[in-house]
Amino acid sequence: MRSVKNHLSLIIALFTIVFTMQIYIIVDRTVTAYESNLNEDYSIVVVTQNKVETDTLVALSSKIENAEEISTKEVIDHLQSQMKQRHIDLLKLSLPHFYSLHLDHYPTPSEIKDLRKKLEKNSDITRVEDFAKSHDTLYKLLLLFKSVVVLFAIAVFAVTSLLVMKEMRIWQFQHNERMSIMAMFGAPVWMRSAVLFRLSIVDAIIASLLAIATFTYADITEVGSEQLKSIGVDILLFDPLNDSILIIGVALSLSIILATLIVIGHKEEV
Amino acid sequence: MDKVIFAQDLSLAYNTEEAIISKATFSINSGDFVFITGASGSGKSTLLRSFYGALKPANGSLLVGGVEVNNISTAKLNFLRRHIGIVFQDYKLVKEWTIDKNVALPLIINGYAKDVSDIQVDKLLNHVKLSHKTSKYPQELSGGEQQRVAMARALAHNPILILADEPTGNLDDYSSRLIWNLLEGANTQLKATVVIVTHHIPEDLAVDYKHFNIEGGTIYEVS
Repeated sequence: MRSVKNHLSLIIALFTIVFTMQIYIIVDRTVTAYESNLNEDYSIVVVTQNKVETDTLVALSSKIENAEEISTKEVIDHLQSQMKQRHIDLLKLSLPHFYSLHLDHYPTPSEIKDLRKKLEKNSDITRVEDFAKSHDTLYKLLLLFKSVVVLFAIAVFAVTSLLVMKEMRIWQFQHNERMSIMAMFGAPVWMRSAVLFRLSIVDAIIASLLAIATFTYADITEVGSEQLKSIGVDILLFDPLNDSILIIGVALSLSIILATLIVIGHKEEV
Repeated sequence: MDKVIFAQDLSLAYNTEEAIISKATFSINSGDFVFITGASGSGKSTLLRSFYGALKPANGSLLVGGVEVNNISTAKLNFLRRHIGIVFQDYKLVKEWTIDKNVALPLIINGYAKDVSDIQVDKLLNHVKLSHKTSKYPQELSGGEQQRVAMARALAHNPILILADEPTGNLDDYSSRLIWNLLEGANTQLKATVVIVTHHIPEDLAVDYKHFNIEGGTIYEVS
């Protein structure tokens, strides 16, 4: 019974670690998808007095993915009923050219600042509108969200690691006597530690399977998917192949490290 | 006669403390039945520990089975221990294992096949009169029974050397007699060298024996 309790403690600790890791992966995917959505909607508008080739604008910075001219036709059509044709023709001649610049990723505030400086240096460009204020608010919110999740993950990892360490000491105490007796009869290290490694691996596999089952269930029942879709984020909550491999890999590595520490820390007591 | 244990100017100490055994020179031959006596704290158990490499000599030389214990590698030490059977006053049985698995331990370590190991374990448990308790755990047995299991384990792999630290220290007369019989049998029938640390040498022994006594860190043979 005591042994089952000890195993349960390690299984729960390992489960918590891989569970938190997977939550972090989901949040990271969400943030990346949301950033991508924001980037699709975000563009910098530049104004030039003369017509400029869009390729020329793209060449101004590696961050600019593409540029397109914003048509003024709609504005002129709208004014046609209110102005004389002569004035409209004059307006057409004096109206500047507007270009929308799309970037290859959602920029940081400093990247926007640098880009703005670069664009303003160009003699053809008379004005740059980067919508920095609304961009900043959104970006900082995103960063805050990311930081909170990372802090939460670190806190959980730290607390759980302490639990694992405590478990390690209990295991060390439990297995020391048996390992010492085996050593007394000439058992090599791998033989003395075989049970320990077998138990660690079994516990890691149980913890991994529990985590995989939890996330598979969440994926099937679409827990949280609706809320994510409502903010325009459609991501894979749980990738059955890659995420399962990662979960099993992390749980196994941790438990094998744990068992190795016990073996290294073992002192013969006979 | 081959020397199973040979000590020359052997000193033993824990850490940097004063030597418990100082400059001891003695030898134990193959087939000897040896008692080591001395007052409590005289260093009897410490000397026995050095015979299976649990304590390295502070000074001097100690050869066990022709192997120098002083600078022995882990692999060589494991090899040496696979030819030694050890019995302790507190039995040192694995509590999570059944009796038969405890007895089979040296056989598993020495790589015996399962069927050979099973036959040997049955034979030994029958010999120590515990064949009806094979699937019991150590804590389910009396002290005398546990020591008989420890004896069976020590004999399982037909060791060349049996080391016993106060093997009858906690036992009643009946159990003590059984243990002495087993040790005598190991010496006369299996031709094992037997080294026993004890406070009390039984008077009704059926074998010739050597007697070393430790006093004030010095070891000498009692004639």
